[in-house]
Amino acid sequence: MFYREAGEFKTSYAADHATFPIGFDFWRFWVVVGIAFLVVPFLINDYWEKAILLPFLIYALAAIGLNILTGYCGQVSLGTGGFLAVGAYACYKFMTGMDIHIPIGGGEYWSLILPPLNIALCVLLGGLTTAFVGVLFGLPSLRIKGFYLAVATLAAQFFLVWLFNKWEWTYNYSATGQITAGERDLFGILITGPNTEPWATYLFCLTFLFIFGWAARNLVRGRIGRQWMAIRDMDIAAEIIGVNPMAAKLSAFAVSSFYIGMAGALYFAVWNGAAEPTESFAIDKSFDVLFMIIIGGLGSITGSLIGAAFIVLLPVVFKNLFVGVLGWPTDIAEHLQIMTVGLLIILFLIKEPHGIASLWGTMKEKLRLWPFPY
Amino acid sequence: MTDVTGAPSPVSRIAAAVNALSTPAKALIGVAIVAVAFGFGSGLMLDVFFWEVFITGLLAGVMYALVALGFVLIFKASGIFNFAQGVLALFAALTLVGFQTGQIPFAHLINAIFGTKVHHFSDTGLPDVFAILATLLVMIALAWAVVHYIFQPLVNQPPIILFMATIGLAFVLEGTGDLMWGANVKVLDVGLPQGPSDTIIDATGMFLDKLELSAAVVAVVLVTVLTLFSQYTKMGRALRAVADDHQAALSVGISLQTIWWIVWSVAGIVALVAGMMWGAKSGVQFSLSLIALKALPVLMLGGFTSIPGAIVGGLIIGVGEKLFEFYIGPSIGGATENWFAYMLALLFLLFRPQGLFGEKIIERV
Repeated sequence: MFYREAGEFKTSYAADHATFPIGFDFWRFWVVVGIAFLVVPFLINDYWEKAILLPFLIYALAAIGLNILTGYCGQVSLGTGGFLAVGAYACYKFMTGMDIHIPIGGGEYWSLILPPLNIALCVLLGGLTTAFVGVLFGLPSLRIKGFYLAVATLAAQFFLVWLFNKWEWTYNYSATGQITAGERDLFGILITGPNTEPWATYLFCLTFLFIFGWAARNLVRGRIGRQWMAIRDMDIAAEIIGVNPMAAKLSAFAVSSFYIGMAGALYFAVWNGAAEPTESFAIDKSFDVLFMIIIGGLGSITGSLIGAAFIVLLPVVFKNLFVGVLGWPTDIAEHLQIMTVGLLIILFLIKEPHGIASLWGTMKEKLRLWPFPY
Repeated sequence: MTDVTGAPSPVSRIAAAVNALSTPAKALIGVAIVAVAFGFGSGLMLDVFFWEVFITGLLAGVMYALVALGFVLIFKASGIFNFAQGVLALFAALTLVGFQTGQIPFAHLINAIFGTKVHHFSDTGLPDVFAILATLLVMIALAWAVVHYIFQPLVNQPPIILFMATIGLAFVLEGTGDLMWGANVKVLDVGLPQGPSDTIIDATGMFLDKLELSAAVVAVVLVTVLTLFSQYTKMGRALRAVADDHQAALSVGISLQTIWWIVWSVAGIVALVAGMMWGAKSGVQFSLSLIALKALPVLMLGGFTSIPGAIVGGLIIGVGEKLFEFYIGPSIGGATENWFAYMLALLFLLFRPQGLFGEKIIERV
């Protein structure tokens, strides 16, 4: 019935190497994409947009980014919060007009002043800036490994958050120290600011996730993705067979930070509309994204999406169930939720180290034989 | 190291003695000489304020080292990098306060489910000694549960998976601690002296906190006891055997499960001590668990496998971040303590990836 190879005839190598080699899978994927693009925008309201769909899309993008670094290249990073902040602040600077003044001696300045750019471009530039910063903080990975590196990435987290607190230029010298997204539009449709339509912001984020999710899926199947995986599985062996560890690790840091930076830009500009470093980009953001990829599946793009959906939905479900239905105090529901997340992490690591994505794979295998399992 | 050319000159004897030292010791001596020379050269060493900052840093470093100790113990014996050590300290402190004040565990949850109004089993609570003993029992029971339910099923998994499991454990403990005892800020008083020490102010003009001084004493006692325990008891020897080689230890009849249970119990006890000190200093609340984040750079600097490394690393980080904050901090906006330790450790690791006293990392394909 489902996922049957029977009757699938490949006539070219390209067809053989397709992401979805089984016709049913291919059509199922496009039906999901079609619903996401063409049906959901007509159904969503403010609550679904702000509480579920935008966080899901944005965290999914961040989770794909971290998965590239941790799941594919094996470099555990706890600095995601800091990189989200870089994306957000870079996007803010480009949105409000980037101004760079570099002293060249004698009281003279070399100045670069850009006009406020288009919002889509700002998000991309936010990602690029983060990629650059990510490579800088990825440099130690050439020398230190494993836990030492995981702890070293915390340096990025704490340093960057401190930087955005103290460096007034990054928040345009605003008195509150906050950054706020003004109204920006794309083709005349408002994307940021307080007066946006739910469908517009949703489609904007979805487009980013679709394009870059597609890019990531193809990146990890290609030459560079195989290099990352070789480094992850055994870096010395990979080096011996000709993988350049510096290129592989730094490119993983760059691509990963690019994704996380775009997620940070969307997080600030489209979803929240305002941000300040200490609360919005605290270390628990780093853990949230790490949990997404552990629960969803390390080394799986689909897993990143599933994990993001899981971690975004869990608090919503807990709040509705315990506070809404049972009438318990909010703090108890919150503590229960923290505990459950922890238990789930442990449970997944013990029972299913490859996350929900691998459960999904098992289910596909079962479906293939259903309803005649012989 | 013997000199074949006849009677050794004093210079060559010193050189030989220096050569006989291990690399980290040499590095330390070098750093110390440079620091002292710099200090005298700039006239800083004669300044009471400098010494106050320096000693405050040392004492803060002792507090970091207390947390780092728990990490090292577990890492040496089981290769698990225990991210939950900070939350373990929070949990221990919460439990201690709970027993001291006579709270009923899970009172809020029970009230929410059954609509009751229970909160305290007695108005006065347990006396300090019994409360501490009861907390010790809780920590030992917790250690058993952690080893039995989390790490036994995860045997033979790659270290990074175990690390992520301890992050999960940290969340479980955080949620459980709050559910058991409530999330409000609590005052922990186990009779430790508080406030600036008058005798030291009179003698030298330096403001030093009595609590931090007593923490230093406690840390010295703790390290001495731990060293004696691991050097001179049968169990300690078994611990060291496991740390050295799991399989060889297994083959001579040492039970890994028991050893791990003991190690986690000892780490729990160290966490209790750290929790008591930090709790007395800044109250028992969620932020207590963040001391783990202060201990991580200490570990990186000192090496994950060395108890002296944890102490020395703690002292270097403590002094370094206080001096940096006081002398350089103001010119770049202050509040540098959050990241300075990490940056220091990061720079240091570039030159010595296994930390000061860590075992040399040998990789085989």
